[in-house]
Amino acid sequence: MTLDSRRRELLKLASATGGLATLGLSGCASGPGAIPDKARVLVVGGGYGGATAAKYLRLFSEQKIDVVLIEPGEAFVSCPLSNLVLGGSRQLGDLTVPYASLTRAHGITVVRDTVASIDATQKLAVLSSGASIRYDKLVLSPGIDLMWDSVAGLKAAHTSGRVLQAWKAGPETAALRRQLEAMPDGGVYALAIPEAPYRCPPGPYERACQVASYFKAAKPRSKVLVLDANPDVTSKGGLFKKVWAEQYKGMVEYRPQHKAVAVDASAASGINVLKFEVQDDVQADVLNVLPPMRAGAIAVQTGLANSNARWCGVKYLNFESTVAKDIHVLGDSIQLAPLMPKSAHMANSHAKVAAAAIVAELSGWEINPAPMLTNTCYSFVDDNTVVHVASVHEYVAAEKTFKTVAGAGGLSAAPNELEGRYAWNWARTIWADTLG
Amino acid sequence: MFLSNSWQWVGLGWISMAAVAPVQAQDAQSLRLSSLAATCANCHGTGGRSIDDAAVPGLAGMPASYAVDQMKAFKSGARPATVMHQIAKGYSDVQIEQIAVYFAAQKK
Repeated sequence: MTLDSRRRELLKLASATGGLATLGLSGCASGPGAIPDKARVLVVGGGYGGATAAKYLRLFSEQKIDVVLIEPGEAFVSCPLSNLVLGGSRQLGDLTVPYASLTRAHGITVVRDTVASIDATQKLAVLSSGASIRYDKLVLSPGIDLMWDSVAGLKAAHTSGRVLQAWKAGPETAALRRQLEAMPDGGVYALAIPEAPYRCPPGPYERACQVASYFKAAKPRSKVLVLDANPDVTSKGGLFKKVWAEQYKGMVEYRPQHKAVAVDASAASGINVLKFEVQDDVQADVLNVLPPMRAGAIAVQTGLANSNARWCGVKYLNFESTVAKDIHVLGDSIQLAPLMPKSAHMANSHAKVAAAAIVAELSGWEINPAPMLTNTCYSFVDDNTVVHVASVHEYVAAEKTFKTVAGAGGLSAAPNELEGRYAWNWARTIWADTLG
Repeated sequence: MFLSNSWQWVGLGWISMAAVAPVQAQDAQSLRLSSLAATCANCHGTGGRSIDDAAVPGLAGMPASYAVDQMKAFKSGARPATVMHQIAKGYSDVQIEQIAVYFAAQKK
């Protein structure tokens, strides 16, 4: 983004809201049901959580709440389905959606920037550009940060471009695909998985399938090594293991309890070495290391990551931080309720509950005491064949948390192509629900 | 799942009156209904309006009695599905009726 275009956006924001420095809750509530004039919600992060929150705040409030979305990306790039770029059946462009509809259809002010700091007491956010924005409510949906220092040598190996993560979909996804294309037949692709919780529980195992699908077609003597810090496959385990044993027999090797501690990617030969807490070193032509994860940096920096200094505790009824009043945290960055995955669908679901709660609060209404969440997560085991996991979560007031509804949810019976169609329908629909 | 003490379930007719609102919410009750129905939107579209060439049905304008029957059939297993039988079991009969009446009142 050029400075001029950023200036134009900020001027637009200023004129839409009556001057940046003086904004805030200036109106008075005239009684229950009345949203104060110029009530503003600032949404930080335009992923599945933040963009959905921005849109549904406008819908649920009948456009009475002023919503400003801060997002550095030019367009939304979906992490779900991005493993298909590694498999080669899709391009990043297939997974990219513009933010324009949020402004055009919903009147949301989208500012292409990042938040440098948040003053929870003054209810003020300062952007990296220097502008400051007051808010009545802040919705923080920063996604995850990768904890590079958890694996010795990984940061340098990543900076050099040699060992990639490709866990945040974007240019790195395409770069990892290029590494796979450049790898000779007979080579080894190794994927290191961190201990749960991490973003997208089934994602690494889907990735192993996608890389194997590419190798099977193009480099059949090659191997996929899955090195998992967890004691077993963390999601859809029976289904993935069946696919590896049958569809990718002799190609995918799964090794549990392999906690990566160090990387050596300095050899002139191009062979990378991954070291573990206990087991023998592994050598790989293409090494893809997913380090442990935590809430996005702005959440940590603001002091909201009060669970193991990694995840943000929230009151699940309205997703308000347990640390800071009027800051609501969504998506992958929160401390999870039992059996709640860090997934795109779940972030979209969090956002709707939070948006409804914020509208209720600003209207002087009681917050819905019984919110619901759903989750559906599809994984492609090749170009067209899919397995899913689904769940329904209800708020349990006595325990102040979400729990899965007994008897609901489940898995695919077997990989199947019908769900491949449904998976694409899910993707196109949730993109429209989040951004359209 | 239980309904709030602040209002009471008094039958489909009452809910039908309250559920005429579109996705927007005019009062606390319609906000709760909109919020409940929004749990369907991830797959069936915002306000129940499906995308072009959708592989799953849009819910906006679907007759409430038909929607309730289908959800009950998913729940019982009478209607086979890939995922809806698993999702339907997560909702009470009261919630299913509320959702069905809400979407019946939405414009396609």
